[in-house]
Amino acid sequence: MLMAWIQGIGLLGPGLSDWVSGARVIAGEQVYSPRPTAVPAPEGLPPAERRRTGATVRLALSVAQQAIAAAGVDPAALPAVFSSSGADGGICHEICQTLASSDRQVSPTRFHNSVHNAAAGYWGLATGATAASTALCAYDGSFGAGLLEALALVTADAVPVLLCAYETPYPEPLNAKRPLPDSFGVALVLTPAAGPNARARLTATLCQTGVAADRLADPQLEALRTALPAARSLPLLRLLARRESGNAVLDYLGEQRIAVEVRECR
Amino acid sequence: MTALGVSHFTATSSIGRGLESTLASLRAQRSGLVPCAFETVTLETYIGEVPGVDDVRLPTALQRFDCRNNRLAQLGLSQDGFTDAVAACAGRWGRRRVGLFLGTSTSGMLETEIAYRSRDAASGALPARLDYAGAHNTYSLAAFVRAVLALEGPSVVVSSACSSSAKVFGAARRMIAADVIDAAVVGGVDSLCLTTLYGFHSLQLVSRAPCRPFDLARDGISIGEAAAFALIERPPQSLDGDAILLLGVGESSDAYHMSSPHPEGRGARAAMLQALAGAGLTAREIDYINLHGTGTPSNDGAEGKAVADLFADRGQPVAASSTKGATGHTLGAAGALEAVICALSLRHGLLPAGVNTRQVDPSLPFEYLCANRQRPIARVLSNSFGFGGSNCALVLGRAR
Repeated sequence: MLMAWIQGIGLLGPGLSDWVSGARVIAGEQVYSPRPTAVPAPEGLPPAERRRTGATVRLALSVAQQAIAAAGVDPAALPAVFSSSGADGGICHEICQTLASSDRQVSPTRFHNSVHNAAAGYWGLATGATAASTALCAYDGSFGAGLLEALALVTADAVPVLLCAYETPYPEPLNAKRPLPDSFGVALVLTPAAGPNARARLTATLCQTGVAADRLADPQLEALRTALPAARSLPLLRLLARRESGNAVLDYLGEQRIAVEVRECR
Repeated sequence: MTALGVSHFTATSSIGRGLESTLASLRAQRSGLVPCAFETVTLETYIGEVPGVDDVRLPTALQRFDCRNNRLAQLGLSQDGFTDAVAACAGRWGRRRVGLFLGTSTSGMLETEIAYRSRDAASGALPARLDYAGAHNTYSLAAFVRAVLALEGPSVVVSSACSSSAKVFGAARRMIAADVIDAAVVGGVDSLCLTTLYGFHSLQLVSRAPCRPFDLARDGISIGEAAAFALIERPPQSLDGDAILLLGVGESSDAYHMSSPHPEGRGARAAMLQALAGAGLTAREIDYINLHGTGTPSNDGAEGKAVADLFADRGQPVAASSTKGATGHTLGAAGALEAVICALSLRHGLLPAGVNTRQVDPSLPFEYLCANRQRPIARVLSNSFGFGGSNCALVLGRAR
């Protein structure tokens, strides 16, 4: 069985500026008032490297840093799982535009920032983390895929893990092909044993087919859940925000779902 | 780690379609690198192109996945009875207990690159035919292969640049160890596209000549494409002596630079050390290293130092080569392709030469093979390192 303790949470999305304030909205204690996601500059990178980061890397690093701070763990020793339905959309657009022009001079920085594991690479530069990191994609199921990989690491190897799932929108014309309304990122620090900052114990299993994913009561939050792959995490985040023990069903691949169980630490 | 069976495998690259022709090319020390005449590319370079990819037709029901990368995947899957082996495996364990872990760096990117040439003049819109989920998205490879193989277990693409399809072995190992699955299809498919050809060129990492890994005069990579797959399973009670096993996987991060390796090969060393520890082996027990060996001065230099450090106290220097002089650097498919080459090495006792390399860098601490060697071997190490400082090493071995 896949199991871990949740030690820290990071969150950033439209109208959700961090986990502490976002949790009140997701728990239903505060009215949700969406506004465009504002991503802070990442910490820890040398200025030259910071200037080279694109929106996607900044989003991933920001939620990862939130989760690390909340967990009170040393990021340098932590394996990391980065999962996203796409790499940096802006860079992809710029490269495709350049390659369609008569002058095909691709910018070298843009090229090395175009890789799907750019966030994992910059995370290493920002934290000095030399443990294994990975960069995953499962299209709309990217949160679920990241969660399974992170829980498998904790379960199989008994190591603490950072999970970070995130997306930023594409510019046009790619946006018309893959519309993502805004940026959304979520990060969890997962550990094999309950530490001092443990919030809850999490277990996950693949559901039998035919089970529907949990929905959110607030129509705008529900719209966010279905529009952004990383926001497919919201039913799990709602349990954590309410500090409730309980079960949730998350969208994964196509008609497949993941059932999670949360047991609050008291 | 608990050793896992590599019960079936196949590879398609510029040196061969399937195992038989791949082995024949390795035996003949033949390189698949040819002057670049790909698509509209005007760069002076050599590439490892797989002939006939454009002629491949996807199954009618899966037309939405049509792109060069998935055609290459289809071509690769149809070799060596691989799909039948997966069907039998799914019969043994159940479709939901077989995972799918594939590596790619650019997936169907070429489709989008071409679509950008025919944007609507007024609106800028991309042509209607471009299917983002089926033919552009990084996951489209696994979505396609999952449909072809009718698998229902966990499925994901690892896209960590040139370590992608080595790391899939690690992902499969963890899921099996955590008892989520009993078996996994792992592999890598990466196809030629303009982003990588022009991108690596912009970083001045591409050679004008066929790449010469670990040569004194090495001056860059040659880009290739490949589809390679393996079936990983919990091993049966009694193993055939010829059976190939996955013995160890090591993964690390450089935390040094986005596109250059740590100059002392720090992350490379850590990954190799972890793979050896996982296998319960020392450096002395490795018979051959399939080096990452891309052919750039800095990559090979850093890898050489890492190997030197780890393999220093062996009595006899370890035999090693990079097969990228034959196949080109197949990027996100390189890890799986070279794992399959290692499996062939183990099965046939063939230590493949690093073709194209003429004047081996004398500072190398290992025996770089410029000619094939034939002798029984039991354990091999395969290295894969990528952009963002992502490193992975695999140890494969024979059951006996």
